[in-house]
Amino acid sequence: MLPVYYSVTLGSTPGFLKKLTSIVNMKQATTGNAGPKVRSDIEVTLALTDSGGIELEMKSRVKTMYGKAIEKQCRELLDFFGITNAKLTVNDSGALPFVIAARVEAAVKAMTGTTASLLPEMIDENSYSTSRERFRFSRLYLPGNNPGMFLNAGLHSPDGIILDLEDSVAPERKDEARILVRNALRAVNFYGAERMVRINQGERGLEDLDCVIPHNVHLVLIPKCENSDTVTKIDHRIREIKKREGQSETVLLMPIIESAAGVERAFEIATASQSVVALAVGLEDYTADLGVQRTKEGSESLYARQRIVVAAKAAGIQPIDSVFSDVGDMEGLLSNVLSSKAMGFEGMGCIHPRQIPVIRHGFSPSADEMEKAKKIVLAYRDALQKGLGVVALGSKMIDPPVVARAEKTITLAVRLGLLPEDWAEAEPKQ
Amino acid sequence: MKMVENAAGRMVPVEINGGEAVPFKGVGKHRPTGRKYAPPIPTCIDYPDDNNKVVSSLTEALERCGLKNGMTISTHHHLRDGDLISNKIFDIASKKGIKDLVWLPSASFPCNDPVIEYLENGTINRIEGSMNGPLGMFVSEGRMKGMAVLRSHGGRVQAIQDGEVKIDIAVLAAPAADAFGNAKGTGGPSATGVLGYAKADYLYADKVIIVTDNLVDLPCFPMEIEGNYVDYVVVVDKIGIPEKIVSGTTQITKSPDRLLIAELTASFLEKSGLLYNGATMQAGAGGTSLAIAVFVHEMLRKKGWKLSFGFGGSTKYMVKMLEEGQMGYILDAQAFDLDAVKSVEQNSNHIPYPVFNAYNYHSKGNLTAMMDIMILGATEIDTGFNGNVVTHSDGLLLHGIGGWQNCLHARNVIIPVPLFRDRIPVIVDRVTTLCGPGELIDVIITERGIAINPRRQDLIDSVRGKGLPLVTIGELKEIAEKMCGKPEKAVVDDRVVAAIKWVDGTVIDAVRKVKK
Repeated sequence: MLPVYYSVTLGSTPGFLKKLTSIVNMKQATTGNAGPKVRSDIEVTLALTDSGGIELEMKSRVKTMYGKAIEKQCRELLDFFGITNAKLTVNDSGALPFVIAARVEAAVKAMTGTTASLLPEMIDENSYSTSRERFRFSRLYLPGNNPGMFLNAGLHSPDGIILDLEDSVAPERKDEARILVRNALRAVNFYGAERMVRINQGERGLEDLDCVIPHNVHLVLIPKCENSDTVTKIDHRIREIKKREGQSETVLLMPIIESAAGVERAFEIATASQSVVALAVGLEDYTADLGVQRTKEGSESLYARQRIVVAAKAAGIQPIDSVFSDVGDMEGLLSNVLSSKAMGFEGMGCIHPRQIPVIRHGFSPSADEMEKAKKIVLAYRDALQKGLGVVALGSKMIDPPVVARAEKTITLAVRLGLLPEDWAEAEPKQ
Repeated sequence: MKMVENAAGRMVPVEINGGEAVPFKGVGKHRPTGRKYAPPIPTCIDYPDDNNKVVSSLTEALERCGLKNGMTISTHHHLRDGDLISNKIFDIASKKGIKDLVWLPSASFPCNDPVIEYLENGTINRIEGSMNGPLGMFVSEGRMKGMAVLRSHGGRVQAIQDGEVKIDIAVLAAPAADAFGNAKGTGGPSATGVLGYAKADYLYADKVIIVTDNLVDLPCFPMEIEGNYVDYVVVVDKIGIPEKIVSGTTQITKSPDRLLIAELTASFLEKSGLLYNGATMQAGAGGTSLAIAVFVHEMLRKKGWKLSFGFGGSTKYMVKMLEEGQMGYILDAQAFDLDAVKSVEQNSNHIPYPVFNAYNYHSKGNLTAMMDIMILGATEIDTGFNGNVVTHSDGLLLHGIGGWQNCLHARNVIIPVPLFRDRIPVIVDRVTTLCGPGELIDVIITERGIAINPRRQDLIDSVRGKGLPLVTIGELKEIAEKMCGKPEKAVVDDRVVAAIKWVDGTVIDAVRKVKK
């Protein structure tokens, strides 16, 4: 395709300079993705022209079924943004309407700097809320600029989905990803998963908040968090946005500790705001910060992980472990989850949907744990009823903390639906 | 062209390539009478005294068979995408200036795309068989001279047996053969494992040519093709490209979304009670089907159960079930990977079983009717549970029927499909092309819910209240349209480019030329 230039006033500039100047003056923006492996996305190239109205050139895998719908939507979008003369070239790989809207809007924004936004409809299924206490065993990372991965993410039943604007998005794609994520928060059904967004670091992260927070974000992940200031700044910005939008729900926070400095201030970060519900650890960056290799056994990060567990527990929030990056190794994942659970972690990030059931299974109480816990709790209740000061199971005395731990296991099992609420009634009397 | 509405409400031609065609009358309504077609009577005195039928080249064999204008040439597809023989037949014919041949393959593959040249220069009038990719496109664009006829694997046998199609010359590539013409699918550099699609061809063709790159001493045993039916044997350097004949290893899908559908399917099989100790099952070699087989295998192992038999195409996953004791026998019409080829050769419970016996409408009984669990795919399913496997929603002919129609006669037909592909809904108002009537399709399993055909109240009752995401087919269509938008219909011409046959030889639908 020949590039189209917005305005080229070159006079008698020599040829090579003409070319150079025209590239500098080139008014053309491309957003989205295309290619043989791309699914459910669209590449949009917008060039503003002086006259001639809107010229639309379309390539689409679904042209027969949706060609007219795509054209209509594109024209309506340009009309909304007040673009009257332009050439719009689209290369579509079956993008859904919310993706097309995001890609065109991002292209328009790149060209005109408009602050206007055309939001897709908020679907009814997306109005649910979250709570501090909910499980966060598995949170599925979704690269923020890959719409194809959004559509079925919730069907895999993760506890949370993370629309990621940070490391999984290339620097030059950050602006378009933000708009795409905003549209996804409104138009994609995540089937009850906690709706999380990982924002960027620094000022860009605060701008991310402006864009996404009004659209029922449940939880914000704060990357590479090193101090409580970062947390409070983000918390304040969220409150401002919520106030401005007239929304009242609290947005929860999950700082991610990914550096030596962050580890040292883990408790400070964990207690920086009432909104913080969990503290996560990111080991790729942490080991890089230390200048050591990340190993499967994880001896290099043992201290950091323990420190984070202790800080989180002291603050009364959930400690969350790093992702397990070998998506093909399910046995390795399970043993990783079990050791993570043994250390006190209450969840782990996922980078592939197949990791979700393994993580959930690993963090859930095992049948053996539940059996032991049931016996202990029943023995305790029995002792209470009989007015005995000492709880015994067989010939073994049971201390109060053992009972407390057993109660925790039972509560967890009931909440997970592994035990019925009235499990005790089904047990034989002792 | 005169068109009539058939019993399924589809407009179909009453004449195909100059011959009379019977419109679809309904499932199990068509009952041809008379006697089967028979090839001419040969006499053994016309064959060499030493029974050595080897001739110098395929050209010589075709010449001796009397290759001439308008003949029907049949081939099998066991060499799959590694086939080096089929195209050669038409090279030879084209060089000799032969015109208007009819090619009757049991399936075609991308490696057969070069025959487009011979369709264009008039050597071939039409293809009657499954067409994929560029060949399907060629037909959809109305560029083929004759009308394509798409038949199921069983339908091809039916048409050959009742004389609807008369094969003049069958050219059958064989991984091993002897000079008398006995042939088999195992052994040699181009082993296919089984030759389950060649039986009707060698029994009913006027002339039979065996082409092999592995001439063995007599007897080539166990013979899948018996030399008594063979006219000529041709020895060539290579009949196929081994790595394209069988895949080194078939792979289960890696897509998490397809795995989710596979898991849901396995869970449905368990909760509905369709899977039981002694059940029979057939699944294809697609990534999702293989994943289902793996999940089912795991369930069988846990419960200590065994499938009594499975019907191939076989893969390493079926072979694993057989070897580890979760499947009694594999009856097999084609082997898809190296493990399956090896198993046919070495395991006496892995039994070659031609589609001639399994899928044929003129057979005294139908094997597929004995299958408890049948896992199939589809490009579209409509709210009446009707299925399409040959065209896409844009009207382009891009797939063959394979054994799909034949397999619909199983006891429980289950179709796991994604609700939409890219933006294109799989569950639609009305299938673009009707290949299988809804009364034979029982369960549709998508990532967004399971729809059971209301005709199968027994199945609905069997899974109610068991935690499966049950929805109606109408609801599935609504969800798809809510996400994707309502698709527009393909724009087609009046001209019929392909007729879709039902298993009994009647015409169930027609594919029209796509407008650019």
